[in-house]
Amino acid sequence: MDIDFITKTFIRLLGALPLTLSVWFLSVVLGALVAAGVTWMRVSGVRPLELFARAYVMVFRGTPLLIQLFIVYYGLASLPAVRASVFWPFLRDAFNCAVLSLALCTAGYQAEIFRGALLAVPPGQVEAARACGMSGLLMFRRVIFPIALRHALPPYSTEMISMIKATALVSLVTLWDVMSVALKIRNDTLITYLPLILAGAIYFVVNYVIGVAFLALERRLSPHLRPRPS
Amino acid sequence: MSAETPALTVAGMRKRFGALEVLKGISLTANDGDVISILGSSGSGKSTFLRCINLLETPDEGVVTVAGETIKMRSRRGGRSEPADRRQVDRIRSELGMVFQSFNLWSHLTVLENLIEAPVHVQKRPRAECVDEARALLAKVGIADKWSAYPAHLSGGQQQRAAIARALAMRPKVMLFDEPTSALDPELVGEVLRVMRALAEEGRTMLVVTHEMGFARDVSTRVMFLDQGLVEAEGSPDELFGGSTSERFRQFISKERG
Repeated sequence: MDIDFITKTFIRLLGALPLTLSVWFLSVVLGALVAAGVTWMRVSGVRPLELFARAYVMVFRGTPLLIQLFIVYYGLASLPAVRASVFWPFLRDAFNCAVLSLALCTAGYQAEIFRGALLAVPPGQVEAARACGMSGLLMFRRVIFPIALRHALPPYSTEMISMIKATALVSLVTLWDVMSVALKIRNDTLITYLPLILAGAIYFVVNYVIGVAFLALERRLSPHLRPRPS
Repeated sequence: MSAETPALTVAGMRKRFGALEVLKGISLTANDGDVISILGSSGSGKSTFLRCINLLETPDEGVVTVAGETIKMRSRRGGRSEPADRRQVDRIRSELGMVFQSFNLWSHLTVLENLIEAPVHVQKRPRAECVDEARALLAKVGIADKWSAYPAHLSGGQQQRAAIARALAMRPKVMLFDEPTSALDPELVGEVLRVMRALAEEGRTMLVVTHEMGFARDVSTRVMFLDQGLVEAEGSPDELFGGSTSERFRQFISKERG
């Protein structure tokens, strides 16, 4: 095992990183939008919407992401109705399917994070906003959202890191992400550990950066939670 | 404002929580410069009464008029009332400065940001003007040097003074105080009462729900004693504290004095 092989393997793995990061980024952004909708339904006070949101979270949190991914990629493709529909050009593409199923799944988790963050907004501070004459939208924008955001950040960073790791599953639907390149090198060379260790190191560094970035954001947004400056 | 238009009137206010009727028809008139202390044992409805005035609780019946403008209400199905015009309610709320028992400063904003938040975003006044006014108000309540602190970094007394300044920053027509000193350590009560006394002396119209008998007796122009959802006694501090005809009020003050 020479340094040359390590370098080459590393470079090949890095070449797959953009795909891993694209799947991650698109799915967490799309997932956040879906989660915002689900959260809104969950706290709407309208019973049917509330039940739908609860069911959504139950299903997507309660079943393996791999099954969801396979259902979207293989399952939907096996239905003639889907292949005949306007969605087929979108769904026949493995990348789109991967982003869609990861987004739907993370939305379930993110919706619960958002809901918890909203519940943690002190009612007295909301009441103070109402007493000042803030309308519902202004109150959400200026008081509820900023406070909830600060509550959401720590669990949200965990979810972002989980999703980086979840992208490794897309190697099973024909996409050339970091994981699938590592598996390919292992198959081709019969060197088992090195490609996996290098791939693991790449995931670790990416997650390290995400973790540090969220910590920095948290520190920046929450000076009021730090001890009193002396 | 003309002398004949009261700053605030409430007529026939009723409020029920389930089977419990908390307010059984309470009326009040506050003229400019009136400082009305609202007393009563816990459960007498005094906080609910205050919260119904700016519709933090929706009264079942009753008419609230602020500086001549009546809050429009309508009947919902089932007979309960609700505000007919949310925007009018928002506007009138911005004319009533509310001070809470638990301060309720916005935790993610500094003291100065707390003060300019509503003037800038609700009243749409120029930011620079609001900042100047906010600094003057902070000086007035004695915490000018705390403008950049976050609420969590202040003592309870400082937080409540900041909350009073936040309410004043809206240039309210009437100030509503909901047990402003009840959450404070005894040694911090004085600094808040001093600020409230100064406001009374400059002629602010104030409604104060309180357990501070000294404040009610020495500072207020009128005292209202609520008992079981009704006005049990009302009058000048001298009339009430000098020997009220109400047996319940005499019992109440002897208990409060411990």
